[in-house]
Amino acid sequence: MIPELGTLSLIIALLLSAAQSFFGLAGAHRNRLSWMQVVTPAVAGVWVFVALSFGILTYSFITNDFSVGYVAGNSNSALPLVYRIAAVWGAHEGSLLLWILILSTWALLVAGLSSSLPVAFRARVLGVLGLIGLGFMSFTLLTSSPFTRLLPAAADGADLNPILQDPALAIHPPMLYMGYVGTSVAFSFAVAAMLAGRIDAGWARWTRPWTVAAWMCLTCGIALGSWWAYYELGWGGWWFWDAVENASFMPWLASTALIHSLAVTEKRGLFRSWTLLLAIFAFSLSLLGTFLVRSGILVSVHSFASDPARGLYILALLMFFIVGSLTLYAFRAPSLKGGGGFELVSRESFLLLNNALLVAAALLILVGTLWPLAMDAFNLGKISVGPPYFNMVFLVPALPLVMLLGIGMHAGWKRASLQTFRRKLLAIAGVAGVLALATALIGFGSFGVPLTVLGFAAGCFVMGSALIEPVQQWRRGQGLPRAALGMAIAHFGVGMFVIGVTGVASYKIEKDVGLAAGDSATVAGYTFKFLGTQPVSGPNYEAIEGRVAVSRGATPVTELATQKRTYRVQQNPMTHAGIDVAWNRDLFVALGDELGADKWSLRLQYKPLVRYIWLGALVAAIGGLVAILDRRYRVRRTTAVPAAAPGSASTVA
Amino acid sequence: MTPRRKRLFSVVAILAGVGLAAVVALKAFDNNLLYFYDPSQVAAGMAPAGKTFRIGGMVTKGSVARTPGSLEVRFVITDFAKSVTVVYDQILPDLFREGQGIIAHGRMRDGVFVADDVLAKHDEKYMPPEVAKSLKHAIPPEGST
Repeated sequence: MIPELGTLSLIIALLLSAAQSFFGLAGAHRNRLSWMQVVTPAVAGVWVFVALSFGILTYSFITNDFSVGYVAGNSNSALPLVYRIAAVWGAHEGSLLLWILILSTWALLVAGLSSSLPVAFRARVLGVLGLIGLGFMSFTLLTSSPFTRLLPAAADGADLNPILQDPALAIHPPMLYMGYVGTSVAFSFAVAAMLAGRIDAGWARWTRPWTVAAWMCLTCGIALGSWWAYYELGWGGWWFWDAVENASFMPWLASTALIHSLAVTEKRGLFRSWTLLLAIFAFSLSLLGTFLVRSGILVSVHSFASDPARGLYILALLMFFIVGSLTLYAFRAPSLKGGGGFELVSRESFLLLNNALLVAAALLILVGTLWPLAMDAFNLGKISVGPPYFNMVFLVPALPLVMLLGIGMHAGWKRASLQTFRRKLLAIAGVAGVLALATALIGFGSFGVPLTVLGFAAGCFVMGSALIEPVQQWRRGQGLPRAALGMAIAHFGVGMFVIGVTGVASYKIEKDVGLAAGDSATVAGYTFKFLGTQPVSGPNYEAIEGRVAVSRGATPVTELATQKRTYRVQQNPMTHAGIDVAWNRDLFVALGDELGADKWSLRLQYKPLVRYIWLGALVAAIGGLVAILDRRYRVRRTTAVPAAAPGSASTVA
Repeated sequence: MTPRRKRLFSVVAILAGVGLAAVVALKAFDNNLLYFYDPSQVAAGMAPAGKTFRIGGMVTKGSVARTPGSLEVRFVITDFAKSVTVVYDQILPDLFREGQGIIAHGRMRDGVFVADDVLAKHDEKYMPPEVAKSLKHAIPPEGST
């Protein structure tokens, strides 16, 4: 009975979503206040019923209700409670329900925090969000209901895929979805603005914190996924250019570009049509990501069983939103005139370059991701695009991007003279160069690969440059506005990330060895001594555990345990790596196969500076959080009428 | 600069940038396209000699062999028409096992496929689509090995 209530509440949520979008869009169009007033209660109602539905599914998992097909397929009575809860979004149906829950949560937040918006504009935003919800709820109910009964009920469940039984993976999908779905808010603001024909600085100011919030979640979600892949998929890589990773990375690039272009639109009233296009682009890429992952069109650890009906439905949704919004854009964009000019050296120019480089990277990654699918669809052969392509098309725009970032942060609007900062920037560049050389030569003892020193220098330069303003203000005893502080923190995080990537790419050592108990191997000056294996057992798995003592010279460093687990239900073997973390490197040991002659294969790895990759992403996300808390986003509309930028408050209708 | 020259300058700069980017991207793209061949195509000599490509098929039962104590492992993959021997000297993925579809990445040397990467999917029911398709060309005989 209870699972049926889950379906029922999802149906109620669907009907309320229909009401939300109809009264929002039609009410604003006809300018009927009474219609528009229905929207907020509808949003709240949608949230309540979606949450109820989600709660019921979670309840079915907690109580091991194996008469529900989805529960039987993805859980087991021996599964620890926390993973029974995480199993709710462990496969297709439940993760869609999570998608919907997050969408309705964003809508609820927009409804709750936007009382300062003009009534019609707010109704339109919520109306568009309701339309997206309608699309995804009907998709779930028609093709992928998680509440479908299994007759007869299973005696026990088929268990959650072992690789998903992990704390980082329990929070990776919700985080990533918050980011994915968060781009729908910027999209709804853009569509609402186009419908109203009012695309001005106020619009940009309203959109900015939402976009940054989505970007922040996306950043954390991608970083968590990368961290998880690093230790859980077992082989120590942190990014594979897997199509599904690309599917999350492309919206990230587009939202990063959007954040920067929104800054120009808010401050100077420029780039307006471009900003709109980016908002559409970011959301379309998120939908495309959903399509790629959920349609089962890709070969990847992420994609679940394929079902053509699902793929077609998402494709139709994708087409509806992309074609619809682009058509609207085609009607509106020509009436948007540029606000004012700017000099070649100005913050606008730097941000323009930022956008060009980010979008170029996103497009090239898109080509590499979709090309194999297109070739296959037209029977032109089965190909795949290797990681070196992606490394190349990302690195070529990213390197100038990072270097320009260090300078551009200090450029003024309209016409910049970097005179005031020139000496400081030159000094920082000098220090960064020396630090980079020292890190490479003294820290690691070689120049590494061709771009090593340049990478370190760029990272140090950005970090130093990001510190200029906070330090300056701190010395004067003044606080920095939160937006500026957030920007500095986020860019500092970018610098950390660049240093981490450079360190790993230049100096990592991976070595597969065959060792018998008592044998040792040396990697990067560390001696790994294999102590042998023993059987161990966990709550729902059996494992063979290999122990490895690590020492450097005569000093013991650590003892690592690595397991080859076999989960009782699915019988899939899975490697659990042993990792020793230090500020400057990770030591990574993974147990391979029994080789005969009492030997085991082991993968030993030395990963210098790898932590800064995820730490940098985390710091960047914190920067985003700080920026959202800026006072000006909380100021009431009456005091925040766009008077700051002359010529930007034009009305288009 | 006059507005006219400024516009000209930016147009030229953009064109140069786009052109350069296109050249770099196309070159990178061309160098990194990996084609997929099944064992029959390899046996027919369709796979490029000395160039990296992907091969896929079922791991023949009983074919996995290694010298005791050595990392190097040899196995045979088949599309149930033709077979190719694969040699690999790194750790095999967790889900590698006999009778399962896999994809390997590497090149042919002396009639043997020298792999630098072997992929098996994290789902035991899984069959890479490329492998599944290539198997349809040749229906497996009952109890085939």
